[in-house]
Amino acid sequence: MATIPLLKNEKKRQYIISIGLILFVTGVCYPFSILMGYKVVALLLLLVVSVNAMFFDILPVLLAALLSALIWNFFFIPPKFTFAIRNTEDLLMFFMYFIVALVNAALTYRIRQMEKLANKREEKENTLKLYNTLLNSLSHELRTPISTIIGATDNLQIENQKLSPQNRSELLGEISKAALRLNIQVENLLNMSRLESGFVQAKRDWCDVNELIYNVINNVKENEKARNISVEIAENMPLCQLDYGLMEQVLYNLLRNAVLYVPATEEILISASFSINYLIIKVEDNGNGFPEKEISHVFDKFYRLKNSNTGGTGLGLSIAKGFVEAHNGTISLTNKASGGASFCITIPTKTSNLHNFTDE
Amino acid sequence: MNNAGILIIDDEIQIRKLLEITLLSNDYKVSLASTAKEGLMMAANHPPDLILLDLGLPDESGHSLLLRLREWFKKPILILSVQSSEQDIVQALDNGANDYLCKPFRTGELLARIRSALRSGSTEETSNIIDCGELQIDLVARTVKRNQDFLKLTLTEYNLLALFAKNEGKVLTHQYLLRQVWGPSYANESQYLRVFIAQLRKKIEKDANQPKYIVTESGVGYRFIAKNS
Repeated sequence: MATIPLLKNEKKRQYIISIGLILFVTGVCYPFSILMGYKVVALLLLLVVSVNAMFFDILPVLLAALLSALIWNFFFIPPKFTFAIRNTEDLLMFFMYFIVALVNAALTYRIRQMEKLANKREEKENTLKLYNTLLNSLSHELRTPISTIIGATDNLQIENQKLSPQNRSELLGEISKAALRLNIQVENLLNMSRLESGFVQAKRDWCDVNELIYNVINNVKENEKARNISVEIAENMPLCQLDYGLMEQVLYNLLRNAVLYVPATEEILISASFSINYLIIKVEDNGNGFPEKEISHVFDKFYRLKNSNTGGTGLGLSIAKGFVEAHNGTISLTNKASGGASFCITIPTKTSNLHNFTDE
Repeated sequence: MNNAGILIIDDEIQIRKLLEITLLSNDYKVSLASTAKEGLMMAANHPPDLILLDLGLPDESGHSLLLRLREWFKKPILILSVQSSEQDIVQALDNGANDYLCKPFRTGELLARIRSALRSGSTEETSNIIDCGELQIDLVARTVKRNQDFLKLTLTEYNLLALFAKNEGKVLTHQYLLRQVWGPSYANESQYLRVFIAQLRKKIEKDANQPKYIVTESGVGYRFIAKNS
C-alpha cells in the first residue's frame, strides 16, 4: 500500500520538474530573445526536452514537448502573444520543432525501456542459476534420506528370510537416521522461507546469555557429536534482550558447522562479551579456516564451499545471518592470523545487570 | 498405572495410527477422534484419563476446543503441535493444557510425558516431603536439603523451587511462574525469573550449566524433573 502514494508523488515530481524547467528556460530567454533571435530559443527549449527525456517517463516529456512548442509559438515567434504564424518558414519550423521534440522523447524512452528489459533478463538468469543450484543440492539432500527410508522399508516388508535380526535392526537404524536428517533439512527450508517472506521478527525478551550458550552446547552434543567446546563468558554478563528461539538457532547452526567440519584435534571456542548496549558472541576454532576467496559468499543462500563433501544444503549460515539481522545485528567471518575461522556476532540490545535483582 | 484411557484427537490418519499402535502396545486403552466435534462428544460420553489434542483441526481450532474441554474436563490434556510455534504452545499452556509435544516427537518422549501427566493427576499432595534423589524438599518445614545438608535459599528462591516441585514433570510458562511467585503485576518482568532461575540452579544443581532439575524449554518456560533416570 505504501508504494502507491510514493509512485504518485514521484510522477507528480516529474511533471513539476519538466514543466518547471521549460518555464525557467523560457523566463531566462525572454529578455534576451531579441538579442539572440527566436530560433536559438527553439534550440534551447529542444535541449531541455531532450534532457527531460533522459530521466523521466514518457508522459511528462511529451507534455514538456507540447508545452514548449506552444510557448515558443506564443512568446517568441512574431507576432508575439498570439498563436498565429505569418511566415511560412516559421510555420515549417514550428511543426518541425514539434515533431523533433516528440520523436526525441519517444526514442529516448524506448532506449530506456530496452535497458530495463535487459536488466530484468539478467536478473532472471541469475535467479535461474540460483534456482538450479538450489534444486541440485536440495534434491540430493532430500532424496538421499527418502531413498533410504523407502528402500529399507521395502526390504523389511518383503518377508525376506535371509534378513538376519542384525540386518533388520540395522535397517531400522538407517530409517531412523534418515528421518531425522530429513527433519533437519525441512526445518532449514521452513526457516529460510520464513526469512524470505519477511515473516521473521525478533520477539525480544530478557535472556540469560550463559544459559542460552550452555543450552545450545548441550543440544549440539546430544544431536550431533560429543565434542569438547570451550566456553568463555565475560564476568558480570548482564541479561540481554534477545529472541531466545532465534538466537538458539543461530548459535546451534554455527556450532554444528564447527563440530562437523573442524578437525577433531582442534579447539572450538564460544565466547560472549558485552559493551554498552551491545552483545558480542564469537565462535572460533583452530581448524583450517575458510578459503579467502569464498569468505564473502559463505552467508549466501545455498552456497557451499567448492571442495566440501556432500551433505548440507548451504542454508545454515544464511539462516544464522538472517536471524541475526532480524535483531538488527551483524555477523561476520574472518580467518584468524593464527589459523582457523572466527565468526563474530554483534547485536544491539538493552542490558540489565543481574545484581539489581537479588532479594533479601 | 496403565490401562488408563487415552483419547487422541488428531485429523491426520497416519498420526492417529502411529499413536494408537504405540499406546495400545503400552497397555493403554485408546479411543480416536478426527475432528473437534467428534472429540468433544467422545470426551463427554466416555471421559478418558488423558487427552492428546492436536492444535490443527479441520473444523475448529485446537485452542478453542481446549477452552471448551477445560470448562468441565479436569484430567490432563497434552497438546500436539508443530515445531517453531512457541506462541501457540504458550497460549495452550496458559489455557489449561498440562504439557506439549512437538511433531515430530520421539516415542520415548511421548510415553514419558503421558506417564508424568497421569502421575501428577493422581497424586493429590500425599506427602509433605518431595524426594528428588540428592534433593529433598520439605513443604511443611519449608526447608531444602541437598545431600543431607540444608541449603540456604532466599524466600523467593524457595517459593520458586516449591512451585516447581509441586508441578513435577510439568512445563511451567514464564508468565505462570512470574504470576505465582511474584504476583500478577510482574507477569512481564521476565528479568526477575532469569536471575532467580540462575541463582537457584547454582544452589541445587551439581553443575548449573548442565541443569538436571530445572530444565529450559526454549521460548516456553521451565520444567522440573525430580527423578533422573
